[in-house]
Amino acid sequence: MSPAAPVLQVQALKKHFAVTQGVIWTKVLGWVKAVDGISFSVPQGETLAIVGESGCGKTTTAKLILRLEEPTEGQVLVDGLNIHTLKGTELKEYRTIVQAVFQDPWSSLSPRMRVRDIVAEPIIINGKLSSQEIKARVAETLERVGLRPQQAALYPHEFSGGQRQRIAVASALVSDPKLIILDEPVSALDVSIRAQIMNLLVDLQQDLRVSYVLIAHHLATTRYMAHEVAVMYLGKIVERAKTKELFKNPLHPYTKALFSAALPAHPDIVREEIVLQGEVPSPINPPSGCRFHPRCPFAMPRCAQEEPKDQDMAPGHMVACHLY
Amino acid sequence: MPRKIGEPILEVDDLHTYCFTRWGTVKAVDGMSFSLREGEALGIVGESGCGKTMTALSLLKLLPRPVARIIKGSIKLQGEDLVPKSEREMRSIRGRRISMILQDPQTSLNPVFTIGNQLIEAIQIHHDERRRSLVRRAIDGLKQVRVAAPERRVDDYPHQMSGGMKQRVVGAIAISCEPKVIIADEPTTSLDVTIQAQYLRLLREIQEATNLSLIFITHDFGIVAKMCDRVMVMYAGRVVESGPVRDIFNRPAHPYTQALLSSVPSMDEDVERLYSIAGQPPGLWDLPIGCRFAARCQFAEDRCRQQYPPAVTIGEGHTASCWIAKGT
Repeated sequence: MSPAAPVLQVQALKKHFAVTQGVIWTKVLGWVKAVDGISFSVPQGETLAIVGESGCGKTTTAKLILRLEEPTEGQVLVDGLNIHTLKGTELKEYRTIVQAVFQDPWSSLSPRMRVRDIVAEPIIINGKLSSQEIKARVAETLERVGLRPQQAALYPHEFSGGQRQRIAVASALVSDPKLIILDEPVSALDVSIRAQIMNLLVDLQQDLRVSYVLIAHHLATTRYMAHEVAVMYLGKIVERAKTKELFKNPLHPYTKALFSAALPAHPDIVREEIVLQGEVPSPINPPSGCRFHPRCPFAMPRCAQEEPKDQDMAPGHMVACHLY
Repeated sequence: MPRKIGEPILEVDDLHTYCFTRWGTVKAVDGMSFSLREGEALGIVGESGCGKTMTALSLLKLLPRPVARIIKGSIKLQGEDLVPKSEREMRSIRGRRISMILQDPQTSLNPVFTIGNQLIEAIQIHHDERRRSLVRRAIDGLKQVRVAAPERRVDDYPHQMSGGMKQRVVGAIAISCEPKVIIADEPTTSLDVTIQAQYLRLLREIQEATNLSLIFITHDFGIVAKMCDRVMVMYAGRVVESGPVRDIFNRPAHPYTQALLSSVPSMDEDVERLYSIAGQPPGLWDLPIGCRFAARCQFAEDRCRQQYPPAVTIGEGHTASCWIAKGT
């Protein structure tokens, strides 16, 4: 099988937010460069994980892909179409093929809607199906995520956390999407429930060949679910590689530090600790040159002046660092 | 490791904490016994609603009144039982001898007072000194948790600090009166990975310097693996397994512990498929008479549903409450 055309392509995407003062005579004080020139693509049926700490721009990236934000520069292509210029029926079509599952199923599901209405919403808005078809589709989707079709008449508060996340997944799946953005899909759930939801998502991907963009900070979750991982730091992708390759051979000092900070799965695993000094600097005036240089244990004078370019170290293994 | 594990400092025996609500009695802690030794780090692991936070609040006697009450059992801190103590007596014990680090620094610090004032508030209870020397102590406290430029930082308000910095301040408040025991309730869940690593390292260093006893309350086996000497696994208000950390990781005896450990993905190796535990924990207001995990246990027999299993000794200091667990 030839590699399928990517479902999602992100090209040199930038999103800068203005920091302003005053209401009438608005003065721009600076720019928050939340996302600053990132590129990646996701093939059909695969998962790309974006990892990084808070403030690195992962959520802004997700919002740009969902067209909840307009980019400052660059573009997002879904099935080859630039989503930020879509109008009319094409826009409606895009809204059905790109869906999202959010972190917290307590706040992402409307407490006033019955499960069947929550799940059916994407296909009702689309307006293509009759009410009989919608009903059948909802029942089928609920079964697919491990709920009973009879539960469609209940309200979200009647379910536990894991079941609620199943409802959220059903609502994302009902319109037969090609791409689902998973924003921390298991971190609000209990430990014993997490595996249920992760396995469900993996199974659904195998059956339906849907692509995922997984936003996560928990590295073990990433390793279990993703085919490819992109590590973000202050609005930039500093390293991107196939999951196996990245976990075997992390190159960027930030990736190494992130991995070394992860908690071990067994008391006998002792990692070489790379302790980073300080915290992530403010994205308002990010450091010059390589953004990581003030915290990097291997920083050289060059790092403060020159921004490192993306380099391919191995097929599909990109790193942006002057060390290589 | 220069840490010396000494004599038992905290001994909890048959602790029962129930909440009396409109909907019935919630058996949050239902017969818990353990001892914590000087310089030791103990992990209490469990899912939300298993009673781990109520255990912590019972130890400090900070239970929400009048709903929750300790109805049975004893909590001996250096041989002295805390259960019959009055609120007034507890005030001189809290902070000085036993202290707590809460989960979320955003909500456990007061936004309208400077962090210096909040530190002083804690120190003042135990040290009747003049303002100037209290400020000195507050600055020393910040220095101890490695807050940069503590002389300036004491006058900051919480919103001027980052999450990691705030959690350090919470830590400084907890250790300000040199307690013997600190209970850390999910101390790092709201922190980023690299900040979490910094914080855990700091706690370990403070523990080594002062031979403090720590209780980590967490749902994350990673924290246990990194920080703890011993671990207790809680399920639905009871301890189902306890023992030295390595024994629990290498030879978990209770099916719940086994299932939990194999349902967590690892970042150090590829896992083909995660084991997932079906169902969900029972409500603490409506507990089965037998083993509380029986409904989700793949090995459950009739006996498990009828009678609560006794604790079986698996190895030295390692026990599990399960009918099918075998001792050595």
